[in-house]
Amino acid sequence: MSMAEGLGQVGSGAALELRGVTKMFGALAAIADVTMTVRPGERRAVLGSNGAGKTTLFNCVTGDFLPTSGSIRLFGEDVTAFPAHERIRRGLRRTYQISLLFGGLSVADNVYLACRGVSRGRFSLLRPRRGDALQAQADELIEAVRLTAARDTMVSDLSYGQQRQLEIALALAGAPRFILFDEPAAGLSPTERAELIKILTGLPEHIGYIIIEHDMDVALRVAESVTMMHNGRVFKEGTPAEIEDDAEVQELYLGGGHG
Amino acid sequence: MAVIERQPAEPYWVERIPAPVWAVGFLLLIMPAVANDFVLFQVFGWTFILGMIALSLMFLAGYGGMVSLIQMSVAALAGYMVAIFGPSGVEALSLFLPWYVYIPVAVVIATIGGALVGALAVRTEGIYTIMITLAIASAFFYFTRQNYGIFNGYTGFNLVVPPQLFGVDWRQPVPFYYLTLGMAALSWLVVVYVSRSPFGLALQGVRDNPRRMAALGFNVTAHRIAAYAFASVIAAFGGILLVWQNAQISPGTAGIPAVIDILVIAVVGGLKRPIGPFIGALIYVLLRSFAPDALSAFGLSTERFKLLIGLGFLLIVFFSPDGVLGLWERWRARRASKADPLRGGSR
Ligand SMILES: Nc1ncnc2c1ncn2[C@@H]1O[C@H](COP(=O)(O)OP(=O)(O)O)[C@@H](O)[C@H]1O
Ligand SMILES: [Mg+2]
Repeated sequence: MSMAEGLGQVGSGAALELRGVTKMFGALAAIADVTMTVRPGERRAVLGSNGAGKTTLFNCVTGDFLPTSGSIRLFGEDVTAFPAHERIRRGLRRTYQISLLFGGLSVADNVYLACRGVSRGRFSLLRPRRGDALQAQADELIEAVRLTAARDTMVSDLSYGQQRQLEIALALAGAPRFILFDEPAAGLSPTERAELIKILTGLPEHIGYIIIEHDMDVALRVAESVTMMHNGRVFKEGTPAEIEDDAEVQELYLGGGHG
Repeated sequence: MAVIERQPAEPYWVERIPAPVWAVGFLLLIMPAVANDFVLFQVFGWTFILGMIALSLMFLAGYGGMVSLIQMSVAALAGYMVAIFGPSGVEALSLFLPWYVYIPVAVVIATIGGALVGALAVRTEGIYTIMITLAIASAFFYFTRQNYGIFNGYTGFNLVVPPQLFGVDWRQPVPFYYLTLGMAALSWLVVVYVSRSPFGLALQGVRDNPRRMAALGFNVTAHRIAAYAFASVIAAFGGILLVWQNAQISPGTAGIPAVIDILVIAVVGGLKRPIGPFIGALIYVLLRSFAPDALSAFGLSTERFKLLIGLGFLLIVFFSPDGVLGLWERWRARRASKADPLRGGSR
């Protein structure tokens, strides 16, 4: 660990700070000794081939899995041992690579649940009244991801692209401060992709995010910094231009069958 | 101000109640005019009570995905508390407190008990939830049977009767019929209402996708325990009515057969909708009340009615995993598609 990193430990004011995070699955280190700092409002892309450990990294940050070792700080607070819901209530949000939605509920109910999860009254036995503030908020989110026409559709009846959009809406509920997007553009049509880029670049400035994205073109348009992962380790960090021009990265990308 | 766009009027919730519900409700209201005391007290009274206890299981299993076998024990716990804090024939143990004390006390104690069991059970899933709740239910049964200081052991309590409120003897068939009907209808309405409340919606979210619920900020464990507490309140009221109906309570009230019966009732009726448990309870009570006579008419032992219930259970589970209600819904769907000239006519 360098001296600069050691000094940064106290009150660094980072949105997200990972130190030596390792996650073992049996003998396999899905991620190994990952150290990473993301400023509030920073937008970062994480690149890396399949199995590089990108999704596992997200799972450790959100608390879906507890890391085997290492520490995770969220806005200066050590959340390493926090359950997932406690991290979410502190402004962290995520989407899932494979949509994880409530298939038996309508679009409106899905988004309403997301809004409810980060507000009070999670245990309320009273049905929301017409004009309920959270319902208005849910409708705005549905509009933001262009699902208004499908508002009352059962989620299991949505198209793949619509489900991806709904994933985004769930991550934007409440007052997010930092969002993890897990391959939101995968499988989208070019139009849907453009739509997604518009949503991401249109987010308020104080909201930072990490986006996992295979497509360099998309990554470069929505991120100001890039982390390359390889075999569970951070391989390179830098600006998009630095990463693109890096010889090792090019070799890895070409060698790995991308390109 | 003249051109304010007007929202189309939402129908008032009463207007949205479907016609069959009105029809059944009306029939049930005028029932005492046509039915005899046995039917009112024994058939319908018991149906409503068992339906409430099975409804508490339906709430947990249908909305929460948690098949709990503790509901009958929670009901019996409430029944015992009524006998202990209120009046009974066991003067040495009962405290003879007034009804406005012993009813809330019974409900609160049963709810705490149910929530505690929930706290132990919610970390398990599927078959393990069934096993742990069954284990606690049988522990409760043996405890009541062996404990003489509080539960009066094998004998239990007799002469446990409802208070003479408003000068009415609530154990008379007609008042008891309306008392149980009122409580059953209220429980049903509350469950229907709560299923669309934030708590109920979130519970269904927890059932379908606990991981995503946590990623939305919900404390999944707390939500499940709260569901046990909510269901316990309904089971507790069912248990109070049950002890009044029998005028006694003993360990057998929460014995393993009774515990399993509640599961059978809920599954036979259907776990998807709150009306299911009441349909299941009616089938169960009709079989228990009339099957012995029917069997002896055919020259068979009256003890065989349990076999009949078991066979019925097997058939239903085999042909319709979502109970009688599921059968009915599929039949209606088929009829609707037959009536549809585009799809059904050519067959
Ligand atoms: N739940 C799990 N159990 C066992 N191994 C896992 C699990 N999740 C991921 N892995 C393994 O960890 C490695 C990293 O996976 P993942 O984080 O999904 O990679 P990426 O998202 O970069 O494609 C892979 O080898 C994968 O097989
Ligand atoms: Mg992945």
